[in-house]
Amino acid sequence: MLKIENLHARVEEKEILKGINLEVKPGEVHAIMGPNGSGKSTLASVIAGREDFEVTEGTVSLNGEDLADLDPEERAHAGVFLSFQYPVEIPGVTVTNFIKAAINESRKARGLEEMPANEMLSKIREKSGLLEIDRKFLSRSLNEGFSGGEKKRNEIFQMAMLEPKLAILDETDSGLDIDALRIVANGVNKLRSKDNAIVVITHYQRLLDYIVPDFVHVLYNGKIVKSGTKELAFELEEKGYDWIKAENQD
Amino acid sequence: MAYTEEELKKELETKEYAYGFYTDIESDTLPIGLNEDIVRAISKKKEEPEWMTQWRLEAFAQWKKMKEPEWANVHYVKPDFQAISYYSAPNKKPKYDSLDEVDPELLDTFKKLGISLDEQKKLAGVAVDIVMDSVSVATTFKKTLAEKGIVFCSISEAIKEHPELVKKYMGSVVPAKDNFYAALNSAVFSDGSFCYIPSGVRCPMELSTYFRINQAGTGQFERTLVIADKGSYVSYLEGCTAPSRDENQLHAAVVELIALDDAEIKYSTVQNWFPGDKEGKGGVYNFVTKRGLCEKNAKISWTQVETGSAVTWKYPSCILKGDNSVGEFYSIAVTNNYQQADTGTKMVHIGKNTKSTIISKGISAGKSQNSYRGLVQIGPRADNARNFSQCDSLLMGNACGAHTFPYIEAKNKSAQVEHEATTSKIGEDQIFYCNQRGIDTEKAIALIVNGFSKEVLNKLPMEFAVEAQKLLEISLEGSVG
Repeated sequence: MLKIENLHARVEEKEILKGINLEVKPGEVHAIMGPNGSGKSTLASVIAGREDFEVTEGTVSLNGEDLADLDPEERAHAGVFLSFQYPVEIPGVTVTNFIKAAINESRKARGLEEMPANEMLSKIREKSGLLEIDRKFLSRSLNEGFSGGEKKRNEIFQMAMLEPKLAILDETDSGLDIDALRIVANGVNKLRSKDNAIVVITHYQRLLDYIVPDFVHVLYNGKIVKSGTKELAFELEEKGYDWIKAENQD
Repeated sequence: MAYTEEELKKELETKEYAYGFYTDIESDTLPIGLNEDIVRAISKKKEEPEWMTQWRLEAFAQWKKMKEPEWANVHYVKPDFQAISYYSAPNKKPKYDSLDEVDPELLDTFKKLGISLDEQKKLAGVAVDIVMDSVSVATTFKKTLAEKGIVFCSISEAIKEHPELVKKYMGSVVPAKDNFYAALNSAVFSDGSFCYIPSGVRCPMELSTYFRINQAGTGQFERTLVIADKGSYVSYLEGCTAPSRDENQLHAAVVELIALDDAEIKYSTVQNWFPGDKEGKGGVYNFVTKRGLCEKNAKISWTQVETGSAVTWKYPSCILKGDNSVGEFYSIAVTNNYQQADTGTKMVHIGKNTKSTIISKGISAGKSQNSYRGLVQIGPRADNARNFSQCDSLLMGNACGAHTFPYIEAKNKSAQVEHEATTSKIGEDQIFYCNQRGIDTEKAIALIVNGFSKEVLNKLPMEFAVEAQKLLEISLEGSVG
């Protein structure tokens, strides 16, 4: 599914990713953990194709296709989804209208007609039900005045609607209380299948109690310095990141 | 689509008015220049009665004494008023024999805007079949209107057929000497529309389709007079989303609305004149005076979507003379490249319990300058007057400007006046967010702009709103691809 080889990336003159290797197979859930500033969000942005970051070396491919020449929307059409750490507000555009535009643009890219209105409506009902989203919420302006929890729930709602092949959840747990965390995690779990893959980026082990990963990687100073199973997450929770830092002094 | 702010700026700068077109029609034209003889000649060509000729001459005398206003936040080379021909009767000879000869890009725009084939022909200057659908539709409309006693015709016709109404109301809201351009218009107005809704009659249709079919290509100095008699209602749509290039650089229209007791007038405008090229050359100067008078319990709503013109100077206003009268102004003004717009409204509260609402949405891109200028005036007798104003500006790129000039004059202690203003910018973050969801940059901008303008778009009559929404997209469409 996702294959990252020797990925180096920088913003302006500062190198942030310094040779990342990662392979994610269909059906797998990978967690990427690490202290602040280790490059986790940069990695997510680079996979999604954000232009602020320059890839200087290495490749990112999705199902064998090199993503380097694809614009962000083309990557989205290919099945990449990023749940943003800080979702932006778009005043005057409702949650419903936004997701309609997103779905229909992706369909257009695949040479499909717009989704019929009744199909769209029942899909919206189904997926909003999954995330316990109130109908009134759907007619609010996108992310405008949303609480932290509402924003994240809305991200996962969009993920559910778009049914991506690869979903990257960038600190989806931040700003969530325990109930919201459970709802969001349940939503994500229901979307897991043998055909898609999920990369969870998080500081804390807490989210991984709900979304149980197959593999855990520790990102530090732009490199994956340790990989393991979910037990690694418990170890990190217990010991903190200091021992990782100590082991990886330059 | 790769996107940075720098690139967006570049895109917007290179966006050209690809949809304009010239019509090279022979016409019956007066020599250039302006003097009393020319004013008389215009009046004569239009076969007007003597009182009208005199009215024009008085306006001309006023105009000679006036100076061009300079207070607006716009900069342009002043027109040479002696270098303009003030009368040009369009020749009916079509430019093309069939639609196949018309620029496909223009037709594409028409299609995007959902304009009917017959209208496309008319607008592009194609010969129209003698049996044309819209003509018969128009005839049916006219019959329906006549049954209700509604008069809807050209102002020239009204001067001949309904002189008592024209005499009574023309210049009653916008006097000839009101301002430089209104005076000029009063002296030389070419044609325009007249509408009278009798007492207690609710006009059964939007006066739009008819207008568009029949009045496309009205001249440079348009004059509109709408009178809604007691307890009547009319919704009037002016202009056209179809792009129009015009060799006339100066447009100075006057629109007067009169809403008598308990009457309501909704006046919606979509303006898409040629804005000039990306260097800022050419383009129409649009200096318009629009004002409505509300008697007791009357209501006037102005809704405008302004995307065209190189320079716009326009303040649709309401004189809330009668007690309990209501004035509304909803506006979207888009400027791109070197366009300049100084637009807004005046709400003059004279009567008691008068209410006004102002919602202005300015969108600036390229190197354009977009100003909101509004006056809320509460007179000493206007007990319990209320006003709410909201002015929002949206900026695209770093080279454009948005300005807000609100003026408030309250002479009554019981008045309540509220003003809210916001300025925001389409950010890279918003664009990237949309991109990540599969929405390309062009579509993302359209989405954001439509969201921003929603409150005003919602005020437009349904079919117009859809067209206006598409027009906003086209106006900001870049070379993104």
